[in-house]
Amino acid sequence: MIVGLLWLLGCQLAGTAIAELTGIPVPGPVVGMLLLFIVLVVRRRDGESDPVIQVGDYFLSHLQLFFVPAGVGVIVYLAFIRDAVAPIVVALLGSWLLGLATVGWVLSLFLRRLSESAGTEGAPGEEIE
Amino acid sequence: MSTILWLFVTVAAYELGRWLRKRTHSPLAQPAAVAIVIVGALMTVSGTSYDDYADATALITFLLGPATVALAIPLYHQVARLKGLLVPVLVALTAGAVVSMVSGILLVRWLGGSEVLERTMATKSVTAPVTIALAERLGGYPELSACFAIVIGIVGAMIAPRVLDLLGIRDRRARGIAVGAVSHGIGTARMLEESPVEGAFSGLAMGLTAVVTCLLLPLVAYVLH
Repeated sequence: MIVGLLWLLGCQLAGTAIAELTGIPVPGPVVGMLLLFIVLVVRRRDGESDPVIQVGDYFLSHLQLFFVPAGVGVIVYLAFIRDAVAPIVVALLGSWLLGLATVGWVLSLFLRRLSESAGTEGAPGEEIE
Repeated sequence: MSTILWLFVTVAAYELGRWLRKRTHSPLAQPAAVAIVIVGALMTVSGTSYDDYADATALITFLLGPATVALAIPLYHQVARLKGLLVPVLVALTAGAVVSMVSGILLVRWLGGSEVLERTMATKSVTAPVTIALAERLGGYPELSACFAIVIGIVGAMIAPRVLDLLGIRDRRARGIAVGAVSHGIGTARMLEESPVEGAFSGLAMGLTAVVTCLLLPLVAYVLH
């Protein structure tokens, strides 16, 4: 448990240090995530008993708890939201739909090309009815 | 006294949200959303300021950091699925992140929203812990961006599969990647119910989108000027 926590905190510390020293616009914990990813790939230990994976999976299963205090901060912005309901609703839904369609269509296009060039039409695609 | 009180209330409200989700299986019953409504109501009733509450719950907020680092684990478990697909997936996610952020900013601008709203809207497709960090960096309201992220996750969980049908996107891998790219963890939980393939690809897209979005931040800053 403690060993796993140490790995997570260590990666966050190293990530934060790298972000601050280099001035890259990436948050420290995200750099830490990339570092942990590299550590996992290099170690190639996959077991469920691995301390980092145990502690990390537990943290992730309750990820929603950790952003409750930030989310509660919305009560400070209720008047701000009321004054801008239209831009908020339209921009939220509009950009969500455009993003979803872009990713889905671009990737579908690539996958169709790939399966055509491999001559295995539909086989790895696992399409639904 | 108030520290332990608000810590207890926050964890209890979250637990109640988990219980509700288990009972109702509704995408609306997100533990974070339930907890935010309950805690917000209690604060209004008791006249507690948000600054006092944020101080009291600093311990919980701190854990966002290690939890963000832990996102590497599902990425590591699923990365083998990317074999031969890495370039298409990265191209699709980059295109999606650009379209989603730029369209969010421009829609706010055209509808007369404020500049700080543009900055808050830009990164809402990313998983909440990363959104909070990025909104801070862009000069938006981090707390509001976290709420946008939760809301858009719930929207995704409720309608994404049907919208994908309407858009004619049928490949399970493309469906999973698309939802993970715009509705992060809450959308991923929904896609896991559709099929393991869609869930796995959605989780993968959520992690990769967080990274891609961070790297695109200079571009976003340029659009915001």
